[in-house]
Amino acid sequence: MKIIVNGSSFETSATTLDALLIELGKAHAKVATAGNEAFVPASLRADCMLADGDRVEIVAPRQGG
Amino acid sequence: MPSFYGKDIASRLMLGTSQYPSPAILADAFERSRAGIATVSVRREAGGDSAGQDFWSLIEGLGVAVLPNTAGCHSVKEAVTTAHMARELFDTAWIKLEVIGHGDTLQPDPFALLEAARILTQDGFNVFPYCTEDLVLCERLLDAGCEVLMPWGAPIGTGLGLNNIYGLRSLRAHFPDVPMVIDAGLGLPSQAAHAMELGFDSVLLNTAVAKAGRPAVMAEAFAKAVEAGALAQEADPMEPRDMAAPSTPVLGMP
Repeated sequence: MKIIVNGSSFETSATTLDALLIELGKAHAKVATAGNEAFVPASLRADCMLADGDRVEIVAPRQGG
Repeated sequence: MPSFYGKDIASRLMLGTSQYPSPAILADAFERSRAGIATVSVRREAGGDSAGQDFWSLIEGLGVAVLPNTAGCHSVKEAVTTAHMARELFDTAWIKLEVIGHGDTLQPDPFALLEAARILTQDGFNVFPYCTEDLVLCERLLDAGCEVLMPWGAPIGTGLGLNNIYGLRSLRAHFPDVPMVIDAGLGLPSQAAHAMELGFDSVLLNTAVAKAGRPAVMAEAFAKAVEAGALAQEADPMEPRDMAAPSTPVLGMP
């Protein structure tokens, strides 16, 4: 299945957002997520099913003004 | 000292965490600024990159309150989603709400800002809206549930200082009890002192410190300026007058 992760095309076998984070080695990273422009809390990632063409955002703390 | 959403902060300075030459200089600048709040953001992390975790460890070590922003958002939806991600990531209900309306001036989109502020307040956020000094907009933001206002001094990153003294003075006078932070556009400590003299509660800086030749030295200069300005405001300054008035007694001249 091909999805978009942080703006780039990504081929994955993960069927949930939770599984995608494990595949990316970010299961325990300090990140927050959104699917198709809507926030997905950490507690709901396992229930968040991925479909072909979905857009996923994975963000981390960064410098800001 | 200011209080934001029930939290007392022992400093009138808020400092951004962006654009410093190195993490060590950032840490030095924070120490010498004695800032009580650090602004941060959320951004995409590339590949196996651990920059986010490293940065977070640095910020945690500063021992200051964290105010995440929605910088770079241009729509209500983007800002609301970013705010939710920030709340989970930083474990705080505080959000510095930025909804940019113009690419050249980076001025807020007042219509989208108000709508996003309304939504986020209903979602339980403590919204710090980055706004202009427009009195009507600020009144609407307060009606929407904001308990803090963050009017700009000048466009972000310009260092132009307080562009509309009349507007800021008027805003301060209309809402004397609302905590207000001058956010953006300051370049020099004298401008920060002026903001304090006008009765504002805090200033938020980033570029003025980070882009100074010696950021930590500038951070200390701002700390002193803010303290001096706040003391001056507390001291109830004299009224300016047009005509000269001798300060030395006239009576008893030989």
